[in-house]
Amino acid sequence: MQLRTRALQTILTEKGYIEQAAIDELIETYEKKIGPRNGAQVVAKAWTDPKFRKWLFEDGTAAIGSLGFGGRSGNHLVALENTPHVHNMVVCTLCSCYPWAVLGLPPLWYKSAPYRSRTVADPRGVLRDFGVALPKDTEIRVWDSTAELRYMVVPMRPAGTDGWTEDKLVELVTRDSMIGTGFAKSPKDLR
Amino acid sequence: MNGPQDLGGMDGFGPVEPEPNEPVFHDDWEKRAFALTLAMGMPGGWNIDQSRFARENRSPAEYWSMSYYQIWFAALERMLKERALITDDEVVAGHSLHKPKPVPRVLSPGDVLKVLHRGGPTERPTNTKPAFKPGNAVRAKNINPPTHTRLPRYVRGHVGTVDRVIGFHVFPDSNATGAGENPQWLYTVRFEGRELWGPDGDPTSQVSVDAWESYLTPAD
Repeated sequence: MQLRTRALQTILTEKGYIEQAAIDELIETYEKKIGPRNGAQVVAKAWTDPKFRKWLFEDGTAAIGSLGFGGRSGNHLVALENTPHVHNMVVCTLCSCYPWAVLGLPPLWYKSAPYRSRTVADPRGVLRDFGVALPKDTEIRVWDSTAELRYMVVPMRPAGTDGWTEDKLVELVTRDSMIGTGFAKSPKDLR
Repeated sequence: MNGPQDLGGMDGFGPVEPEPNEPVFHDDWEKRAFALTLAMGMPGGWNIDQSRFARENRSPAEYWSMSYYQIWFAALERMLKERALITDDEVVAGHSLHKPKPVPRVLSPGDVLKVLHRGGPTERPTNTKPAFKPGNAVRAKNINPPTHTRLPRYVRGHVGTVDRVIGFHVFPDSNATGAGENPQWLYTVRFEGRELWGPDGDPTSQVSVDAWESYLTPAD
């Protein structure tokens, strides 16, 4: 694949269809700049600011956009609220649709056949693969991203975090907790 | 198409195996495959629905044996060749051999962030009204187009409830064939686990899909 991708890049550059510097900029952007820290900031704000939280669940695109996140794979965003009674999970069975704007590029497992095939049929089994156990009567809502709408889960705020600043809370919000395959970290996990 | 990409509910792929501290890209060639695909969107003149079809439109044996970015790269090569932007002999030679075709636009480095920030919004204006409203019972149609569709097999024929009216959006089934955007009303429809999977289904689970109006009929 090294040779084939390099060869195609050479051809496309020689034809003037692409510019090398734009290629480099795209790679740099998604390797270093756009990532789950964006979504973590959204969650931390939702945990501390009730007005923002309400706005976020009513109009995810606008609320998240107000923090400067949006655009490609983030033009239409919906935030899903985890509660003690409802746990949300996001999947794209047909390909790999994922909220790049707030989470960056998806992990390989999200794009692979095991997750794409099983989450809609056996969400509890998939959660077990992540070491996550939910109470038997928790309702699980799985959201298959079949359109350009992109979903992010807002995990529940962990106990023992009263008075924490947004900056400190951001450290508790994991990428997996915003997909629905994990929970936010607890304070003791940070130590 | 009823192809290898329509994975919802299939068995046999084994457990989900998350990789600890996984890098964004596993190899330099993956970075190239990713960036070349994005950069060629504008000059290539294809839409995202066409690129999704180019990825999924292959034999199951092929699709399931290729890695994620191998599929992206194969689809990119195919779309470039379909539009005569590159040729087979050029791929073999690893160099341009023929005059380039005129392209609508080329992505300049200074435009990258602007283009990414604009993204690809799919909502379109309309004077029409949605046929369904939240709470309506709807049945997903048993459609089986050989071309691109976003209605997975596991919901077809099943009855669900409209959760919300999303908006009026570009219709991928049409857009992917080059027949135009033909936007329709789009809905989130929720199905009970037992409805989808029968008595083996998890009674505490619900699955939703985002379905265009032509995927649905009233079920009340």
